[in-house]
Amino acid sequence: MYGQYKTIDEANRAVIDQVVSSSPFLVDVVPAKSVIKELNGKVLLHAGPPIKWENMTSPMQGSCVGATLFEGWAANADEAFAMLKNGEIEFIPCHHVDAVGPMGGITSGSMPVLVVENRSGENRAYCTMNEGIGAVLRFGAYSQEVINRLGWFRDVLGPVISKALKVKGDGLNVNVAMAKAITMGDEFHQRNIAGSLIFLKDIAPYIIQTDATDKDKQDVIKFLADTDQFFLNIAMATTKAVMDTARTIQHGTVVTAMCRNGYEFGIRIAGMGDQWFTAPVNTPQGLFFTGYDQDMACPDMGDSAITETFGVGGFAMIAAPGVTRFVGAGGMDDAVKTSNEMMEICIDHNSNFSIPTWDFKGSCLGIDARKVVETGIEPVINTGIAHKEAGVGQIGAGTVRAPLACFEKAIDAYAVKLGLIEPAAE
Amino acid sequence: MLYTIIKENSYQDSVNLMLLTNKISTMDGINKVQIMMGTPANKDIFKTAGLHTEELEKAAANDMCIVVDTDSEDKIQEVLDEVDQYLNNQAIAGSKEEFETVRTWDKALKALPNANIALISTPGQYAAEEAEKALDNDMHVLIFSDNVSIEDERRIKEKAHEKGLLVMGPDCGTEIVSGVPLAFANVVKQGNIGIVGASGTGIQEVSVQIDRLGGGVTHAIGTGGRDLSDKIGAITMLDAIKGLANHNKTEVITLISKPPAKEVRDEVVQLLQSVSKPVVAIFLGEEPHAHEGNMYYANTLEETAAISVDLAKGNAVKANYYQYNLEVPAVDLKPEQKTIKGLYSGGTLGYEAATLISRGLGLGKSEHHEDGYLLKANGFEVADLGDDIYTQGKPHPMIDPNTRIEFFQKAAQDEQTAIILFDVVLGYGSHEDMAGALLPGIEKIQKAAQENGRNIYFVATVCGTDQDPQNIQEQKAKLEKAGIILRDSNNQAIRTALAMLDIKVEEADKEVVPAKGEAAKTEITVSSAIEKFLNEKPSVINVGLKKFTESITANGGRAVQFDWRPVAGGNERMRKVLSVLR
Repeated sequence: MYGQYKTIDEANRAVIDQVVSSSPFLVDVVPAKSVIKELNGKVLLHAGPPIKWENMTSPMQGSCVGATLFEGWAANADEAFAMLKNGEIEFIPCHHVDAVGPMGGITSGSMPVLVVENRSGENRAYCTMNEGIGAVLRFGAYSQEVINRLGWFRDVLGPVISKALKVKGDGLNVNVAMAKAITMGDEFHQRNIAGSLIFLKDIAPYIIQTDATDKDKQDVIKFLADTDQFFLNIAMATTKAVMDTARTIQHGTVVTAMCRNGYEFGIRIAGMGDQWFTAPVNTPQGLFFTGYDQDMACPDMGDSAITETFGVGGFAMIAAPGVTRFVGAGGMDDAVKTSNEMMEICIDHNSNFSIPTWDFKGSCLGIDARKVVETGIEPVINTGIAHKEAGVGQIGAGTVRAPLACFEKAIDAYAVKLGLIEPAAE
Repeated sequence: MLYTIIKENSYQDSVNLMLLTNKISTMDGINKVQIMMGTPANKDIFKTAGLHTEELEKAAANDMCIVVDTDSEDKIQEVLDEVDQYLNNQAIAGSKEEFETVRTWDKALKALPNANIALISTPGQYAAEEAEKALDNDMHVLIFSDNVSIEDERRIKEKAHEKGLLVMGPDCGTEIVSGVPLAFANVVKQGNIGIVGASGTGIQEVSVQIDRLGGGVTHAIGTGGRDLSDKIGAITMLDAIKGLANHNKTEVITLISKPPAKEVRDEVVQLLQSVSKPVVAIFLGEEPHAHEGNMYYANTLEETAAISVDLAKGNAVKANYYQYNLEVPAVDLKPEQKTIKGLYSGGTLGYEAATLISRGLGLGKSEHHEDGYLLKANGFEVADLGDDIYTQGKPHPMIDPNTRIEFFQKAAQDEQTAIILFDVVLGYGSHEDMAGALLPGIEKIQKAAQENGRNIYFVATVCGTDQDPQNIQEQKAKLEKAGIILRDSNNQAIRTALAMLDIKVEEADKEVVPAKGEAAKTEITVSSAIEKFLNEKPSVINVGLKKFTESITANGGRAVQFDWRPVAGGNERMRKVLSVLR
């Protein structure tokens, strides 16, 4: 019934063993369309489960406009809006093409993407690079400044990092960087300062050795030094690559993806393969920058919850005391409570990522959808909060819960698929 | 006007909500209030209370439902603030604890890998399921919950017996394991007397009397009230006796039970006679006239304790334990004042009162009456206010004084009433100041009676030890100051009350006669799991009521708190899905 596994527990164990034995390397930065063939037409990738234009939040629509302008498909914003509304541009979820995208997750063919290869599964995953804060595409901004930055990413940042990685050869071992960073206070969703610093430290010697101009080298190093969240996107591509390897085992109830598109929250479980189980998204709660409040918060967006799926992010709140207050979790006691609560719905600890502030217990490992339903404990996600109007950008940070209904639908469908129960009457 | 407030996904256990309901109901301007989780059963209780509303129907099992009857809408906010404050304060109180709090069995087992017993206080319909999970993990089980079906009880106990484990309960309120009180139990000095009993307050009174008489207890094992019925066949009792028979530190075995079914009794007695240790037994309501072999029979809980202590100390067992001078206060009563009203929080203490009063009145064996009455004859009444019919949607009278005060008032209005007889049970689980909580009601009754030119006498016993968390001396002082006549045991309190009405209950001497068809002293064996359990301090997974962890950690046991909630929030479809996806 469960393939080569005798029980669901055994299948789940096999899935999490894949996570633990993963070996992800950052190997390159390349134009998205060179690795994602779907991006060679008028196609945009977006975060979360499939969504139609009319259901997108204002920031996600703004991102689409920005990408349309960046690709040169429209001369101005009005024209871009019209094209998008008329259905001239196709939308595909990042998750369907081995990719993940932050917030709106809008990715177009010319954007450079990080390439992470999981050598234990020989699969790759892709993610755009972090743009820093302020007016940025992922929060729906599409001003000239944003388009210019994307151009610089395409022409300078991407190629320089790519060259540096080639000088290094063999890629950067991401597990090692993450294992170090988690002991330095990162949880890889809301806080990535340590990881970003480690990345800069690891890559800088090779950047120096590339044939890029001095100015480009200086600009790239300055940008990496300024961008505290740069590592988030590396962590996203990494956790996506690892979870995709794990989900080649199509049995059991381990959650293999969680993502949101501002309209729906979607999850996958191992036993149900590619199928999404969705429910309306929640709106994050948290602290707001001066001048903004909860009423201005955009509903939950982004594929970044792949980090929580992997067992870090909100699940590793205890690793990042520095941000617990920021995400509204109170002090250390609350942080440990959060991580302890998340362990109730996980199968084990991942000893690769030992957390000193948690008595050196490993990070959470393997969300069991059954446990979520049994206990009613919804996974917690640390997240930035976007303004609900496009282009304003990030207005705060906080936490949001994955809706229980996704998990109920997933295990119900799995039980039906296995023939263990009749489908519920409508 | 009824107002309904639903707090979604805000689970609290029922005891908490009852206490909260009590608190809110004392607020000015509130006619009536009920706070419960929105389960179908609770919705029925709302109906019965006349507090059912349409909004209530939408509430789910994990939603907290507040229905307030008030004439002024302004009160609602006040109520909500009070509710929030109550719930928040308990969260603060909970943040200092040394034990871990978990939500799943997996986590509980990781937090306390050596756990050897699960204490289950979930709502009854879920208790059997949780007990089985504990057994599957090789743990002994104490089921505090009531409303477990006898079929479930039988199945669980058979499974436990197969695995060499003990299931204590269901509806078992009292347990002492290696000096660690569990649920409603007193802090009793440790010693060499092992108690096994089918009644909670029976165990409490006997263990307290043993402590008072200078003896001590190894373990007190509660089996649950139905264990000695023919449907269960004393599965737990027999295993517990075997355990105590093999437990080195236990030198005397003391057994407390209501009269069991004949075949069950024979089996238990036969086992006891084959034990090489002396045994003291009380089958409540029976009138034994002799001791048989190594088995000593007692008529009252106090006598049970006294014989046990004499045996434990190596003293000769006396022929009569009732030859003391009972001080009988002079009374000034109206001619029509001729009766005693016994209003008990402890069921077995009440049962003992009913038995002795019946004997004093020359009545036959007291039959169980309706409405929790243990005796209702010639104007004499004894009620067990902890009976299910008084605790539906209300806290037990050991926690909450209100039902008792209500019955005190009713009793005082009866012209025939001369004496109100009652108990104050101390120990873990019980109210922190029951004397103080009862006094205002008692003083009001005394004052009203005096205004009518009558005296109502209150006679009571405080069931507790010097080591109990409540200060027993302070409790006694409070009661005595209000003129309440206190006695050291329930037996003495009952006899004092009777003597105040010139009624005496004589106790004949008991001789030791050889046991009829005495069984050979055979080797008694017990499972290694039970042997181990009796030789270490308990490590407890406390499934349900959080306050039960207090007694464990304060007395050298280890605990992990399992904040239990209904699986999948009580969603039936999801429960089914989960059960097929095991």
